[in-house]
Amino acid sequence: MTAPETPALDTVRRDALAQLLLATADDEFVIGFWDSEWTGIAPMLEEDVATSSISQDEIGHARALYELLAELTGQDADEIAFGRQPEAYRHAALMNHARTDWAFTVARRYLYETADTVRLEALARSSYEPLSQLAAKMRREERYHLMHLDTWLRRLAGSDGARERLAEALRTLWADALAVFSPVPGEEVLVRGGELPEPMATLRTRWLEQISPVLAGLGLPGPTADDLAAGAEDGRTRRTDAFRWLHGEFTMVAASERGATW
Amino acid sequence: MVAAADPREAVIWAALDEIPDPEIPVISVVELGVIGGFAFEPDTRGGERLTVDLLPTFVGCPAIDVMRDQVGERLRGLELADEVEVRISFAVPWTSDRISLEGREKLRASGFAPPALMAIGAPSVPESDLLTMAVVATCPYCGSRNTTLENPFGPTLCRAIYHCADCRQPFEQFKAV
Repeated sequence: MTAPETPALDTVRRDALAQLLLATADDEFVIGFWDSEWTGIAPMLEEDVATSSISQDEIGHARALYELLAELTGQDADEIAFGRQPEAYRHAALMNHARTDWAFTVARRYLYETADTVRLEALARSSYEPLSQLAAKMRREERYHLMHLDTWLRRLAGSDGARERLAEALRTLWADALAVFSPVPGEEVLVRGGELPEPMATLRTRWLEQISPVLAGLGLPGPTADDLAAGAEDGRTRRTDAFRWLHGEFTMVAASERGATW
Repeated sequence: MVAAADPREAVIWAALDEIPDPEIPVISVVELGVIGGFAFEPDTRGGERLTVDLLPTFVGCPAIDVMRDQVGERLRGLELADEVEVRISFAVPWTSDRISLEGREKLRASGFAPPALMAIGAPSVPESDLLTMAVVATCPYCGSRNTTLENPFGPTLCRAIYHCADCRQPFEQFKAV
């Protein structure tokens, strides 16, 4: 029996860790809801199943992360997930965009899955055991997502019309995708304590080194100098009307009867 | 863990082995390998609490709450402890290698290809090896290896869909993870 006790943490460290958990959970939660919009209308039946399954995985990961956060802060996981106003969500700006077309969805997912892979690899080394254990488990599932999105990226890049749509989507998304690695408030405390084994800036560099050659090899654009310089400080606080609409959708049932259980 | 001498241990394993997986009821939660372990501990009221760790096959598995309820209900019925607590745990990641040999055979007999074994005890398979590992499954109907992966995602989080070129049957595989 090795289920970890939640270690006692000082307030500063606990708040910073809560920010890290919230940012990661919100990323998974919001992208899961965006892509669940494809259920029933994906380009083909097999993809309908795949995209729905991936979205279900992400929402499941978000739930587990919200539960870790709830345990840390004494809140209720459902209340964190569904009880906040849009401005209180902390997902990266990448998840502010509407679903748009299939090429856009593949571009966003590819950017997200590759970034998430780098982040999870780091979190699996976290000194905060409840997080490192969950991250290790999530990694085993995320490999399937990565494999699937890599297949789609290569497939769409192989035909002229689709490649142009992919390229267009990437140009739109690059600056906001970099926001996955925006510094988390209080990050330096977590890096010192090993809860976050490396700074987000280091993870961002690793991610860019991994995916830039792949995209270049497929004739797809990397980030511009402007994208790389774009404001990281509000990368997780900027919200859009597209997200406010999605928020209205995913909170509709919870808002209809506060505190209901089923 | 319960000491080997505790006669209650065998009773508990036998009871758990009667609980079917809610999504693939041909195999039990023990054969599926989702029981991480159990222990008797003193509870706050001077009695004894039986604590069971349940390892989800997938983090987002919607069947886990059903499993937790069923395990709790079955063990409470045994009246071996004053209280029973079933905890969801990630302390040991569930992998498809945890499915027992009997479990694998039962899956196959009911038309599910068992997952490819990923070298028990080895560190996790590198990302680059995943495709190679997932490409071929043995057809549970005719035993052919002449099969193709149709979709790594299936009707539930833990299943993939294959097609057998010899007996021309689509079939599902319990996903290697």
